[in-house]
Amino acid sequence: MYVDDGPTAGVEPALSTPGLTRRELLRAGVLGGAALATAAGALALPRHAAAAGLAGVVTGGGHLGAHGSHESMMAVGELRPGGFDPAAFLGHFDGGKVSRLASGQTLREYEIVAMEREIEVAPGVFFPAWTYNGQVPGPTIRCTEGDRLRVRFANAGSHPHTIHFHGIHPAGMDGSFEIVPPGGSFLYEFDAEPFGLHLYHCHAVPLKRHLHKGLYGTFIIDPRGGRPPARELVMVMNGFDTNLDGENEVYAVNTVAHHYQKHPIPVRLGELVRLYLVNVTEFDLINSLHLHGNLFRCYRTGTDLERYEYTDTVMLCQGERAVLEFSFKYPGKYMFHAHQSEFAELGWTGVFDVREEPHA
Amino acid sequence: MPETLTAPPGPRGEAAPPAPGPRRALPGWAKGAGPLLLLAVLVLAFLRFGPVGVFRKGFPPVEELTVERITLPRPGELRVSVVNSGPEPVTIAQVLVDDAAWAHSLDGGRTLGRLERRTVTIPYPWVEGEPVAVKLVTATGLTFDGEVAVATETPRASGRFVGTFALLGIYAGVIPVFLGLLWLPFLRTLERRWVDFFLSLTVGLLVFLGVDALGEALEFAGRVPGPYQGTGLVLLGVAGTPLALGALGRRGRSGAGAATPWAVATLVAAGIGLHNLGEGLLIGSAYATGEIALGTFLVVGFLIHNTTEGLGIVAPLARERPAPGRLLLLGALAGVPTVVGAWIGGFTHSPFWTTLFFAVGVGAIAQVVFVLWRMLAGREGGALLRPLNAAGLLAGLLVMYATGLLVPA
Ligand SMILES: [Cu+2]
Repeated sequence: MYVDDGPTAGVEPALSTPGLTRRELLRAGVLGGAALATAAGALALPRHAAAAGLAGVVTGGGHLGAHGSHESMMAVGELRPGGFDPAAFLGHFDGGKVSRLASGQTLREYEIVAMEREIEVAPGVFFPAWTYNGQVPGPTIRCTEGDRLRVRFANAGSHPHTIHFHGIHPAGMDGSFEIVPPGGSFLYEFDAEPFGLHLYHCHAVPLKRHLHKGLYGTFIIDPRGGRPPARELVMVMNGFDTNLDGENEVYAVNTVAHHYQKHPIPVRLGELVRLYLVNVTEFDLINSLHLHGNLFRCYRTGTDLERYEYTDTVMLCQGERAVLEFSFKYPGKYMFHAHQSEFAELGWTGVFDVREEPHA
Repeated sequence: MPETLTAPPGPRGEAAPPAPGPRRALPGWAKGAGPLLLLAVLVLAFLRFGPVGVFRKGFPPVEELTVERITLPRPGELRVSVVNSGPEPVTIAQVLVDDAAWAHSLDGGRTLGRLERRTVTIPYPWVEGEPVAVKLVTATGLTFDGEVAVATETPRASGRFVGTFALLGIYAGVIPVFLGLLWLPFLRTLERRWVDFFLSLTVGLLVFLGVDALGEALEFAGRVPGPYQGTGLVLLGVAGTPLALGALGRRGRSGAGAATPWAVATLVAAGIGLHNLGEGLLIGSAYATGEIALGTFLVVGFLIHNTTEGLGIVAPLARERPAPGRLLLLGALAGVPTVVGAWIGGFTHSPFWTTLFFAVGVGAIAQVVFVLWRMLAGREGGALLRPLNAAGLLAGLLVMYATGLLVPA
């Protein structure tokens, strides 16, 4: 299901193979003698059609060239090497340091440090963030229902911070009144319940600033029996107001504008994909995810294994989250994005690259 | 002949005694350079050891980008001319168009030094007639905006557009000035005091035009990139033009005698011409930026407004013999700049040059007003405060105000 490994592990080699869409698009343009026109169809249609034995031809063009395609509507350039790796983050779950208490209960220990750090929110655009362990979103904490959690929190920043965990726990472990000053620390200890998809974030005031600056992360409590095996992915919907005018200039899942569109996420045909989707977008009441060419089972908050909604679009308020499960019927490229067009066009888009053969 | 500078006389009216002492005196230029050298040392010391480090540490760099012009050279393409108007280098990291991230290219590196320029080319499917908003996102996340109010293909300097803008300039500036010249026969029938009335009226017209142009100059000055000091540019134009014109006028005449009517009329025509250059700029840029309705209103408004300018030119000539060739030249001097202005405004609009043109226009008008004032003051029973002349001045202001109502703000 998941592995307890280092913060940079969990990278699938195929995740770092970019540039396919561009080449395909160019080739299609040359062969067809006409430029590709309409939006998503331009990316996905040729492969769809081939797979289903259907004919599909995109014609159009003239002086506009490929302007109508998603190739031009995108942040340009690549991230500085050595920084946050959205591909690695996607599949990385932190199980903590595992041991057993005398009672037989599983103990999981985590170290989380709040620190200030410049992060890249679009290629070349740097944002002075407040982070958990130097990354935005913070590490994805994962455990099983009934585990004892011990989270050692140290504040290495220049402002007071906390960690507020969603879930059931005693009052003193809430992180809303136990404000940790710069240089201070705090030990959170509680039993993990209930199972589901939660989140954690700073609860120092002003809240809006502490959240928007990047102090949040995903908190997953698995049911005792686990969930069915799947390809599991974490996506945190967030945004950044880079010029501090109260509106976001960048929207994304996992911080970097258009990253998963430029670097499609490889998925195998028919494989079960489980998406842990969390909304921490500031300055906008809601955010959403829409999946192309497919529908997903939407388990709200992930606290129920039976009841779900079968849909292709889910809307989440700030702090809301949902577990989405789906598998693709046809190979090819499928977009997913916020269905608020503005968010999508400012960076919240991605592509699943579905293939029959395993990704090399 | 200008006076030559001489050393001030000594206490008893003698020349100052030579520097005493046995030491050899430094050459004159070295005495002048000494303070400069000290100043240079001081500036370097301040930059190197000065107390500004305290501030530098605490604040992020101040980035300044000025979007000078956005052109739409063809369907599906935007071009943004941008200059780094701040003290620090600025890196353009991303470009947003209508709140969407867009692919783009720059004619050079992404980092701009002080006063460095770039053109950002964006493949954007803009929609005819709708506004386009461009945001440049710097590496630190700051954004700098530019806007096209009405998207339409930017005219290129093709024969067709050169002709069209020339025609617009002729309508707005040349025809009305010539119409105004036709008042000369009427003026020739008048008594001197009524001629003076019309001369005063000319002063009124010019003062109104000057203030109007000053307003325009200051408005455009606000859009000039910071280091080019828009307001300073206005001062240079407003103060520098009369100084230059005055000096030229003085060279042209042998003595300090009064200017001839023809000279005055030429000055009036030149001042009005510079003012009309500014009007042409407005017309040209209105059409170039797709504001067709505004441009048309401007042409019609100026057409009516400017006939009074012709009257102003011929007022000093009321007692002269009409020489059609010279009159035509005067009309051209005042009217043709409208055409030139329309070309400049249509093809190469830039806040810097627009500000300077308007400011020079203001300065020229100030100079003409000064000359007319002296002319009136020099006459027997003249001066502007004589009731009939004062009425003329007021009438001039009112006429301009009334016809100006036809021109949209
Ligand atoms: Cu905080």
